[in-house]
Parts: sequence; C-alpha cells; structure tokens
Amino acid sequence: MALLQISEPGQAPDPHARRIAIGIDLGTTHSLIASVRNGVAECLPDAQGRVILPSAVRYMGNGKRAIGHDALAAQAEDPQNTIVSVKRFMGRGVADIANAAQLPYELIDKPGMLSLQTIEGEKSPVEVSAEILASLRQRAEDTFNDDIHGAVITVPAYFDDAQRQATKDAAQMAGLNVLRLINEPTAAAIAYGLDNASEGIYAVYDLGGGTFDVSILRLSKGVFEVMATGGDSALGGDDYDRALADVVLTATGRSLSNAADKSRMLTSARACKQALSDSTEYVFQVELSDGAINHKVTRAEFEACTQHLTRKTLQAVKKALRDANLQSTDIQGVVMVGGSTRMPHVQSAVGELLQCQPLNNVNPDEVVALGAAIQANQLSGNNPNGELLLLDVIPLSLGIETMGGLVERIVPRNQTIPTAMAQDFTTYQDGQTALALHVVQGERDLVVDCRSLARFELRGIPPMAAGAARIRVTFTVDADGLLSVDAIETNSGVQARIDVKPSYGLSDDQIAAMLQDSFHTAEFDKNARALAEARLEADRMWLAAQSALNADEHLLTTEEAAAIRALMAEVLAAKTLDTPATIEAATDALAKGTEAFAAARMNDGIRKALAGKHIGAM
Amino acid sequence: MVSSGAVSGPLTLASSDFELFGIPPRFQLDPSQLELQWKQLQKQVHPDHFSSQGAADKRLAMQWSVRVNEAYQRLKNPLRRAAYLCGLNGAPIRAEDNTAMPAAFLMQQMQWREDLEEATDASAIEALQQQMAQEKRQLLQQCADTLDQQLDWAQAAQTVRALMFIERFEHDLDNRLERLDNN
Repeated sequence: MALLQISEPGQAPDPHARRIAIGIDLGTTHSLIASVRNGVAECLPDAQGRVILPSAVRYMGNGKRAIGHDALAAQAEDPQNTIVSVKRFMGRGVADIANAAQLPYELIDKPGMLSLQTIEGEKSPVEVSAEILASLRQRAEDTFNDDIHGAVITVPAYFDDAQRQATKDAAQMAGLNVLRLINEPTAAAIAYGLDNASEGIYAVYDLGGGTFDVSILRLSKGVFEVMATGGDSALGGDDYDRALADVVLTATGRSLSNAADKSRMLTSARACKQALSDSTEYVFQVELSDGAINHKVTRAEFEACTQHLTRKTLQAVKKALRDANLQSTDIQGVVMVGGSTRMPHVQSAVGELLQCQPLNNVNPDEVVALGAAIQANQLSGNNPNGELLLLDVIPLSLGIETMGGLVERIVPRNQTIPTAMAQDFTTYQDGQTALALHVVQGERDLVVDCRSLARFELRGIPPMAAGAARIRVTFTVDADGLLSVDAIETNSGVQARIDVKPSYGLSDDQIAAMLQDSFHTAEFDKNARALAEARLEADRMWLAAQSALNADEHLLTTEEAAAIRALMAEVLAAKTLDTPATIEAATDALAKGTEAFAAARMNDGIRKALAGKHIGAM
Repeated sequence: MVSSGAVSGPLTLASSDFELFGIPPRFQLDPSQLELQWKQLQKQVHPDHFSSQGAADKRLAMQWSVRVNEAYQRLKNPLRRAAYLCGLNGAPIRAEDNTAMPAAFLMQQMQWREDLEEATDASAIEALQQQMAQEKRQLLQQCADTLDQQLDWAQAAQTVRALMFIERFEHDLDNRLERLDNN
C-alpha cells in the first residue's frame, strides 16, 4: 500500500472499523495486558479477576503446561521445570548470567542465547516468553470475544538489540501482530503524562524485578521526547532478594544444597523484603530440607546489604542527566515505576538525588501496560484526534570492529530513532576482495567488552590498492529500536546488507512451525487463510486510496486520478475471484500506481507543517 | 511562521537541512522554534502514523523520519550547524586531514591537558569544565560573526576546527568525572 494518511494522521481508512489493540508489559516477575475501552486504558483481568499474571511457566510433560499463578504454586515442588524470571535470559548466553549457580535450572549454552533443560526438553527463553504472551493474548480474546488486531509490547529501555529482537520473536511466536516495541519508562510516561496533563521535564525511575531503567523526558502537548535513557538490564528486585538471602545464610551458617531449597530461599527473601517495606523488622522464615530458618531481619540491615544496588541505580540516573545536559534541578518530577520502587530506601534515595518528591499517584505495577495500550490504540488508528507522538532514543551506542579489536562508534547512544548513520571504511591490503564486518553494541572501546550483534561479509570488491576502496557502512535503527546494516563499496557498487538477528538459530520458518505446534487453537486451511488475508489487504489498500483521493485529489491531474481509479476498480474486480495471487497482484499494482501520489502527499504534509497550519483544519 | 528563507521548489530527501526546516541558512537561529518545527515535521512523517498502512508507506515514512531527525541533530548542535554551513558554502571542515592550528591554540590545548592530568578531584575537573564552557561561548560568537556577518567561510572553518578540539577535550573531562564518580 502506498498511500499516506497525511490529512488524518493515525486514523484508520474506515473510521467504523474499530480495531482491538492491546498493550503488554512483559515483566521479569509479572506480566500485564491492557486495552483502551471507551476512551480509558485499563488492565484486563483473568477469569478470577486478577490483572497480574506471574511471569512463570511450568512444563509438566506430555505437552501440558501451567502458566502464571498455577505455575508459581508448584514452584517449590518442581523448581527445575517451573521457569520464573525468564526475561533475564532473553538474548543472553550462560556466561552473561551472573548468578547461574544460584538458579534452580540446568542452563545449556547455545550460540547467541542459552536454553533451559526441562521435562519437555530444551526450551529457549523466547519459547517460554511466548507461552506467557499467548496466555495474555487468550485473555484478551476471551475479553473481547474477537481477534486482536495488534499489540504493543514493552521492553526495558536499556535492552540491547539482541534482547529486543528476542522479545519481538516471542510475540510473533505467540501469534501477535507486533505494532511496536516501546520502552517501559516511555510507556509509563505516556500513561502518567496524559493522566496528569503534565508538561515539562520529567524523570522515570523504573526498578522492576530484573531490570532497571531511567529515562528523562520532555513532555509538551502530546509529544513525549526522550532526552536520554540509561540503566542496567540485569539489575532489579531479584538482586535485592538474593542479597538478603545471602545475608541470612551467612548469619545462620547455612547453605543451600538443592534446587528446591534455592527456590524456597528466594521466595522467602522476597516475602521478607516486601514485609520490610511496611514494618521495620520481620522474621525471615523458610523451611529447608535440612531444617527451618527463623531469623529476625531489621529494615536497617536490609538497607545496608542492598545499598550497593541502589547506588548503582543512582549512578545511572546521574549519567542520564549528563547525557541530557541537565542538572537535577531541571527535573520537575520523578515518576516511580515497578514494584521494587515500593522499598522506602529506594524512594528516599531517588528523592534526595533529584531533589523532588517521587510521584506515586500511579499504580507502579500497571502504569507500563496502560501506556502501552494507549500507544497501541493510537497505532491502530482508533484515535483519530490523537496528537500523541513518541520520540524515543537508542539506549546503547552501535559500532563496528576495526583494526586491533577497537570499536568505531557509528550511532552514539541517546540518538532519536528512527535514525540512519554512515561511516566510510577502506581496505588495508592490496587486492583485498572481501571485508568482514562485525557489528557490536555498547559503550566500551574494546570489542571484547561490547555485545556482539552480528557478523557479515562484503564480498566481490574489485581488486584495488590498499586504501583505494571506499566502503560506506550505514546503520539504520527503526522505530522499534532494531538495527539493520548495509555496506556498499561506492566505486564498484558492490553491496551487502543484514538485518541484525541474534544467531540463536530460529529462522522465520521455524517460528512459524512452532507457532502452529504450540499455539494451534483452530484448524485452518492454508489457502483459505491466504485468500482471507489477500482480501483484507485489498480492502485496506482500496480504502486508503479512496480516503487519499477524498483528501488530496487536487494534487493530481485528471489523468493521474483516473489512472488510480482504474487500478482501484481492478482491485475490486480481483477481490471477487478465489485466487489469492490475482488479488495480491491487483493490490500491488494499486500500491505501485499510488507511490508518486503518496510522495506528493507527504511533501504536502511537510509543507503544511512548515507553514505552521493546523493540518486538521485544512 | 515561515521565514523568508523557505524554498520554492519541491522538498526532497536531498533538500538541505535549512530548506527542510523552512529557515534561512544562517548560523543564528531560535532553538525553541527549531524544536517546535522538528516536532511539527515528525507529526507528519513519523512511522507511528503509518503503522497500519502498507510496506511502501512505512518505508517512505521511515526515510522521511530519519531525514528529519538527521537534519534536526545537525541544526540543533551549534558546532555541527557551523560545520554544515561551511560545507554548504564550499569550505568543508576536513577535520581528518586538516589539523593545522595556530601555535598559540595548540599551546593552550597542551596546558589544559596537563591540568587534567594533575586534577585529582571533581572540583578541579569542574573548574576546567567551566573554563571550556566559556572558551566555547567565545568561539561560537566568532562563528556567528564570521558566518552571518562577514561571510568568511574559510575563517569560520578554522574556528570550527578549534571548537572540535574543545569538544573532544570536554568529552575526556566527562569521562574522567564519571570514573571518579564510580570509584
């Protein structure tokens, strides 16, 4: 489809066709799903009225599995097969997991991403996450008794490319049409900012179960501009639990010998941590296989043993302020997100650093999902008057390996996305005909200290003297924050391109096959589905063309408009046939035939923006 | 709202940053106006407004959105804006092969670097940062004069190169401060 909705940004071609759009917060500990109903974003409850779905999946053998509360209930008796906090493993290898020995799982090292050994064989973190997402999708389908048009999934702002790609794959595997990945603090800012009609510069401090993010945003008239972001994708409430568990073990001279004990210890630590948010002391209680522990812990002790974690988050806040060129006094308010911000010492430390009272008038568990739902609603075109615009940034610098294992930075962190940046390189040997490119992400100068994202080769460079070739490498980061890289030798025109996909070995075909295996809910005929999809796309294209003509026919000559109308008639005629290929061909022809019109409308839109006229009033 | 410098021909991805933003090709500009214009343009072209459209629209929106961001980043940053203006007027900066700087400036550079070596605490580094900020203000004022009044592009290019030295040094100061902070 090649027509632009310049005149009514965000509006669906057919205003009556309301699309069901959902926002999902896929969290380390909890996941939630929300949707905008009657103009209000709300979290969708399950049949028992609970909005929170614990991010837990238990594999029970013979294809049976339990998700959420049911999985969690069996955690102590079946720890190896009950996967919790799987988000920590997304896009990660075994070497990346700091506390692997403390975990009750058998981790298998694989290229790109680890796997978990379960009673049902090896499971990739992508598959486990897809189970959680599919369960939420089911909840939405039950709620609306309809198909879901699309979903916005949130990711920690500090997730790197591999982690984002893994999340998108999981959503795809769960049968969701991903409208956009958005950053959790940005989602929180949308929900908070729209609710409170806030304007100005705000910080979002998001300490979840396994990740920490901070974002600094400027809010003005529906535009959410991220000025800088920072964080740690492996720091969260889980670490506070572990620190507390360690202190109790040391104080009581005990040790953990099996997976069940490890799991019980962490569960008790979490309960103790939560209790200490309301009271100043608590008796840590756990039943281990070699006897019980009953040990009194004071809030002061808990704060002392986790102080280093809080300090780490504050350093990230300071760095984000520096990146945004701001002083702490420039911040008007700090929005607290994530269950871990309930800890009083976290609240006071953040308030002290930013010299303002943390804003707590939102539910820290729900706010991210609500923001995602608002964005999903907008992206689906359900909100014709929506002026919402997100201008987010890339959290980590992207670069390429050069001589001596050094990183040449191509896209610096905190660039507004989408973005494309290029750098020229050359060959270093006479007659060199190929060049290996190694794409990395991170802030360090040495390649070994950064995350390796992809390797590819530019081949077929004509033999030249060293330094004569001119190889332009372009990094493109899309609105989801995902990277693709192009390389071209400009003298000869030889080129290569790669969509940076983490190499954990799941091809699109495999994902499609798994999709059918695991989440197959209804039998469907492949051809019938292709036909339905082709007709749907034809409808969309036709409606888009019609609304473009309605709005901007004056940009065309009479002949041009007639040509487009002829193509539209052909689409309608093709739709009556039963061959998907014919319908697709007619749709494609209309798409091609309207490209110039689309470009003209885009141009016109930009002109109107320059002239400062309100487009809606045209 | 459109300034007199707005172009008359059709805008393309190859239009200059100034044309794209509908402002005259001058060094001095109003940053808040620039930011407003950026958001206006993104409201028109951002891929979010095309997410339920077809692949061709998405591609076009992506290209325009990238282009608008590129232009904004360049116009927003005074140093990059100055460099861009020099390039547009036939005096490219060529930072990689033109490093000839006045001796006095190079001496000054060395002095600053020595001061950084000797700095042991945050306050010493912050003092250097303030010195740099002041130096930068002066050089940017020079840029404004040479670019907007005297139209001396070669002289402006020389000032831009000096500013690039300072920016690199400021980056080193930031890094040093961050290391101190983390210890």
